[in-house]
Amino acid sequence: MIVEAGHYALVLAFVLALFQATVPLIGVGLRDARLMQSARSVALTQFAFVAIAYAALTYAHVTSDFSLVNVYENSHSAKPLVYKISGVWGNHEGSMLLWVLVLSICGASVALFSRIMPETLRAGALGVQGWIGAAFLLFVLATSNPFARFAQAPLEGRDLNPILQDPGLAIHPPLLYLGYVGFSVTFSFAAAALISGRIDAGWARIVRPWVLAAWTFLTLGIAMGSYWAYYTLGWGGFWFWDPVENASLMPWLAGTALLHCMSVMQKRDALKIWTIFLAILAFSLSLLGTFLVRSGVLTSVHAFANDPARGVFILVILVLFIGGALVLFALRANTLQAGGVFAPVSREGALVLNNLLLTCACATVFIGTLYPLVLEAVTGEKISVGAPYFNLTFVPLCLPLAIAMPFGQQLAWKRGSLLGAAQRLTLAIGCEFLAVVALALVKGGPVLSVMAAGLAIFLITGSFADIGARALRGGGHVFARAFGLPRSAWATAIAHAGIGVTLFGLASTGWGVEEVARMQPGQTVAVGPYEVTVASITPGKGPNYDETVAHTLVRSGGVAITEINPSQRFYPVREMHRAEAGIATLGLGQIYMSVAEVNRDGSIDARLYWKPFVILIWIGALVMAAGGLLSLSDRRIGFAFVARARRSAAPAFQQAAE
Amino acid sequence: MTRRARRLTLIGAALCVFGVAVGLVLFALRDNIVFFYSPAEIEARHVAPGVRLRIGGLVEQGSFKRDQGRSVSFVVTDGKGSLPVTYTGILPDLFREGQGVVAEGSLDQTGTFRADNVLAKHDERYMPREVADALKKQGVWQGGNSTASTQGVAR
Repeated sequence: MIVEAGHYALVLAFVLALFQATVPLIGVGLRDARLMQSARSVALTQFAFVAIAYAALTYAHVTSDFSLVNVYENSHSAKPLVYKISGVWGNHEGSMLLWVLVLSICGASVALFSRIMPETLRAGALGVQGWIGAAFLLFVLATSNPFARFAQAPLEGRDLNPILQDPGLAIHPPLLYLGYVGFSVTFSFAAAALISGRIDAGWARIVRPWVLAAWTFLTLGIAMGSYWAYYTLGWGGFWFWDPVENASLMPWLAGTALLHCMSVMQKRDALKIWTIFLAILAFSLSLLGTFLVRSGVLTSVHAFANDPARGVFILVILVLFIGGALVLFALRANTLQAGGVFAPVSREGALVLNNLLLTCACATVFIGTLYPLVLEAVTGEKISVGAPYFNLTFVPLCLPLAIAMPFGQQLAWKRGSLLGAAQRLTLAIGCEFLAVVALALVKGGPVLSVMAAGLAIFLITGSFADIGARALRGGGHVFARAFGLPRSAWATAIAHAGIGVTLFGLASTGWGVEEVARMQPGQTVAVGPYEVTVASITPGKGPNYDETVAHTLVRSGGVAITEINPSQRFYPVREMHRAEAGIATLGLGQIYMSVAEVNRDGSIDARLYWKPFVILIWIGALVMAAGGLLSLSDRRIGFAFVARARRSAAPAFQQAAE
Repeated sequence: MTRRARRLTLIGAALCVFGVAVGLVLFALRDNIVFFYSPAEIEARHVAPGVRLRIGGLVEQGSFKRDQGRSVSFVVTDGKGSLPVTYTGILPDLFREGQGVVAEGSLDQTGTFRADNVLAKHDERYMPREVADALKKQGVWQGGNSTASTQGVAR
């Protein structure tokens, strides 16, 4: 009964989305305030109904209602509760329902936090959100119904894919979707602006918090996915240039470019057309990612099922939305007033360079991801494009970006001085040289690692150079002055420093050590600065798996510091094996060990790694996201700007437009 | 700087970055892509030794042998052709005789495929798609996965 109610709620949500997609837009055309105002309540109600549908499916999973195909296929009564709840999105139908849920959350947030914006902009944006919602709700109802029932219910389910039975499943997909789908809001605002033909600095100010929120979530989602892959796949890698990963990286790159060019639009009222284009591009890449992951064109742990009808359906949605937006763009872009041309050496000049490099880097990822698919569709040849391609294209475009970042921060708006910027960065450049010399002497190793680590130090110190200089200038206590600076200044510095932290972690992979060994109990292998000893190999039993655990001691100079328990698990329901890596975090580095099955002579084959500074890769992403959150909390540019304007709606927009 | 000079600088910079990106992509695509063949296709195409490629098919029943140390050898077949493969290292968790496998490496002079990376499918339910296609092409395996069949029950 609850399940049927959920199904019915989903159908109602679709009808509401159709209403939301038409009535407010007609209101915009007729300048009818009542029709336009309907958008808000419909968006909120639509969210409520999708939430009911989602709750119903969760209920079915938690109560192990195997009469549902979806629950039977992906759950098991012995599965731990956390995976029953997160397993709702661990399959195609459920994850599309989560997609739609996040989309309706975005729509509801726009309805709630939109008092300052002109009625036409809000109604237009919510109308476009309605179109996206209607398209994907129809997709779920027509091709991916999570509420399908069996005529006769099986007694037991087939369990969730063991690779997905991990706390990562509870965190990674929701964060990623909040980022991915969050760009739909930017897309809708861009389309609404094109429809109304009014785009100015005020628009940028209204939309920027949404871009920032989506970007922050996407950063966290990608980092979480990367760490999950790192510890769960047993290969010690954290980024595989897999098309599915690229699918999330591309919107991130476009979103990062968008975030930066929005500040040009906000400050100088320039780059309008480009900003609108990037807003469309970011969400188009999100849609492309959804297509790649959900259509079944790729085989991966993310692609749950191959049904051609689904692929075609998403492809049609993709073509309609991207095509529609680009047609609208082509028709309306020339009506936008172009901004002034500005000096190459200036803050805005630097931001243009940022955009150039980011979009080109995004394009190289795009080509590397889609070329194999297109080639196969056209010629039937199967090829794979892997890390060597991306190392040769993506990396050379990103390194200049990293070098230019601190300089860009130092340049003034309108007219900057490179020499002045370099002078202000003297300390950071000094730190870089010291780091390079110190690392070369202490660590040695690959030249590229040393140089990249030095660059990372330059990035981290250079990011704070501006704050340091402003704090030292003038009277008063240095710290009081530093903390008195606007949050946005801190946010920029922190987010940029986060890139440096990640870069340092990436550079350090060059100093890593990898050993492959066949180990008898009692045997010791040296891995980097540590010795690893397998103490014993014992069988164990989990709630829905059997395992062989290698109890292993990690020693440093003969002294035991910690114990790790890599294991080889067998999930009987799916007849699947999976290695659970044993990881010990020592300082900022990690000892990583994964084992295969026990050999006949009682030995065990193990892969052992020492990965110095490896956790900085993900800590850097957390730091970036912290910068994003800090910026969101800034009273002048974050969501508070929206809330404050509640009291005096009209003047605030005027002020924003200045 | 005049307005015209500023505009030219901007366009010049854009073209430079764009040109570099295009150059890098073309260069990387020429040397860094790996083709996928099934054993029958390798025989038909006379692939030269030393060229990096991916192969895929089923691990032939009874062909798996452990040589000294961690070296293993097995035969990959697609029904029409078969190819001996050697590999040193730890095999993936899902590697089994009679199951689908994808290996990356190159042929040596004797026609043995030296793999430096072996991938097995992620999940019992799915074949690697390349393998499924290659097997379908040779008529060994007819598609369809169990998900589709259970949904048939639902309807």
